[in-house]
Amino acid sequence: MTNRIKTEGNRNALRRSMVFLSFVLLLIAAAVWNIRSGSVDISLKETLEILFRRGDSESTAYNVIWKIRLPRILLSAILGGALSLSGFLIQTFFRNPVAGPFVLGISSGAKMFLAVATIAVSGMFSDMPVSAAVAASFAGSVMSMMIVILFTGKVRSMSSLLVIGMMISYICSAVTDLLINFANDSDIVNLTHWSMGSFSAASWQSVRISALIIIPAFFAVLCFSKQMEAYSLGEGYAGSLGVDIGKLRVLLVLLTGVLSASVAAFAGPISFVGIAVPHICRMLLKTEKPILMIPASFMCGAVFCMLCDLAARMLFSPTELSISTVTSAVGAPIVIWLMLTRRNRNGS
Amino acid sequence: MAPEKDIAGARLGTYDLTVGYNGVPLISDIAMSAARGEIITLIGPNGSGKTTILKTIARQLAPVAGTILIEGDDIKRLSGREIAREMAVVLTERIRPDLMTCYEFVSAGRYPYTGNFGLLTDKDREAVDTALRLVNASEIAERYVSEISDGQYQRLLIARAVCQEPEIIVLDEPTSFLDIKHKKELLEILSGMSKTKGVSVIMSLHEIDLAERISDRIVCVKGDRIAAYGTPDEIFAGSTIPDLYGIDAGSYNALLGKLELTAPEGPVRCFVIGGNGTGIPFYRELQKKGVPFAAGILMPNDIDVSVAMPLAGKLICTEPFMPADDAMKKEAEDLIDASEFVIVSGCPEGEYNRINSELEKYAAGRGKKIVRTIGELREVLS
Repeated sequence: MTNRIKTEGNRNALRRSMVFLSFVLLLIAAAVWNIRSGSVDISLKETLEILFRRGDSESTAYNVIWKIRLPRILLSAILGGALSLSGFLIQTFFRNPVAGPFVLGISSGAKMFLAVATIAVSGMFSDMPVSAAVAASFAGSVMSMMIVILFTGKVRSMSSLLVIGMMISYICSAVTDLLINFANDSDIVNLTHWSMGSFSAASWQSVRISALIIIPAFFAVLCFSKQMEAYSLGEGYAGSLGVDIGKLRVLLVLLTGVLSASVAAFAGPISFVGIAVPHICRMLLKTEKPILMIPASFMCGAVFCMLCDLAARMLFSPTELSISTVTSAVGAPIVIWLMLTRRNRNGS
Repeated sequence: MAPEKDIAGARLGTYDLTVGYNGVPLISDIAMSAARGEIITLIGPNGSGKTTILKTIARQLAPVAGTILIEGDDIKRLSGREIAREMAVVLTERIRPDLMTCYEFVSAGRYPYTGNFGLLTDKDREAVDTALRLVNASEIAERYVSEISDGQYQRLLIARAVCQEPEIIVLDEPTSFLDIKHKKELLEILSGMSKTKGVSVIMSLHEIDLAERISDRIVCVKGDRIAAYGTPDEIFAGSTIPDLYGIDAGSYNALLGKLELTAPEGPVRCFVIGGNGTGIPFYRELQKKGVPFAAGILMPNDIDVSVAMPLAGKLICTEPFMPADDAMKKEAEDLIDASEFVIVSGCPEGEYNRINSELEKYAAGRGKKIVRTIGELREVLS
């Protein structure tokens, strides 16, 4: 009996290592593919030379790779990882497989602040710097998150919290729409562009800042994997094991908020990654264990966003698509398919 | 056995405990204690607050007032981890995660023992294996929790509590959703744990008959107080149970531990000549069809009496170990005359119930239809 349990366990372990190994390989492949593709064609040999030997720093290829493509690849990987990790957190939090990181009104808060910044403030200055836009949308996300946290302690049922998140979204959208009425066309274009999401504004500065926020947040999430697993078995049960539920709920919202706020700030509200990627990971790993799902979601999200960004850049080159166009087009069918197969399994 | 015990010396005790929601008291002055290996059962009508008491003991609700002690320590002064090593909780919250194997589900019980990342050591795995074997769930270890039956799931909940290696297990209606076989199995597991490992069990049960059989002590919960607290013998004597549930004293059948429904009202339509248990299915059938009936002539220690007593409109009983006298015979004959038909349930004839054969002959002589099987009875009634 004991032996049988162990062999089954080994088979699962093998499957899981294979999944992680393929994520690593895919990450490398996506990075290589991404770095070579674009309006300037650079051979693999030249690329490697530029990357590792630093080559001729005056050449176009050098500048394209170091100043444009590499930061963009890294940013899409980091933000993609953050986005799907925050999706996993919010799904764990609500025990709802179709919740996404932006249900808490985070992206609407970001958009509202951005609208205030671009429309109200930019009137006074001629041109708003990118950093100001990033700061505004981050502040907006954090504001929405704080409101949700305020309610987290007070509301008993999870569904009412979901409703509160949606209401915050509506209020923020109303304010945004109000501002748009008084805006210049050029400001509206900027806002619309932001709300479709893009990695095109990537720079080493944005990579550095987002990594500084997201990597510590990732490890913080990892440290709570044990509590999250207990939480997924029921709040009452987790409480009886010694988990401080109130604290954990606030922490989950806080970490989700920080992760998705970074994404909203640097790339806009990218849709579907946060919902779809954790699902893909669950199906591949055949588990919901947070200790496995956390790194898997992050890696898979990184791969997913890198490939989607590649598609956004290349499909209709030289016209660049917004990232949400691609992630939605790819992500939505995946979610539908997953829902269907999931029901079949339960129904059988 | 006196219900008042030294609470501080017990493994789990409550002292002047008041429970309720948001500081509003629901039940006050709860004092009970469980020693090593004791099983304490809470019974009471739906909505009486059994779950509230258990939730408070399990720290999911803050007590409105009073103290809960574990091994003499105030629960408020213990850390969550310390309490989790002492007490496992199986409440009615029923969440079945997708994509979690039964093994993983049960291993969550090792939470108070594992490190920061919850990784299992060999010792943990051994505890999980042992727990799975104890509840006969080893063969489903690798199946997903979302795919198993309610009975299997209930056993997993127990296994999860067992591998927590607690001194105390708190369970809220562990037998709901289970069929009779699994109910029995589950209670045997609990009783086995209390006997062999000395685990103290505190639970609520809907089935008072099972409560009587398994418990060392019973807590009757009703209204804003504990209605009664004592050993099963004390609780099941007298009118405690009927009072608790607000039912007629006659309809609670203490002897068989079965709840009987109320007797049909109206003039007697049928006389049952039963005895030795043979009449029971007829009494039940007549009750279900709403046919008022009389039964006799039985000796008071006959097993038929326990069911006929609450269900029959009229029951003729002899004195203990005495044959029927003429007055009884006359009464029976009158009832047969008043009946539309007579049931003869086929009780074996012996020295003391020869009278019943005479009654049968009397009925036949009066031209009454004699019914001998349930099938015939249904025909007559249809």
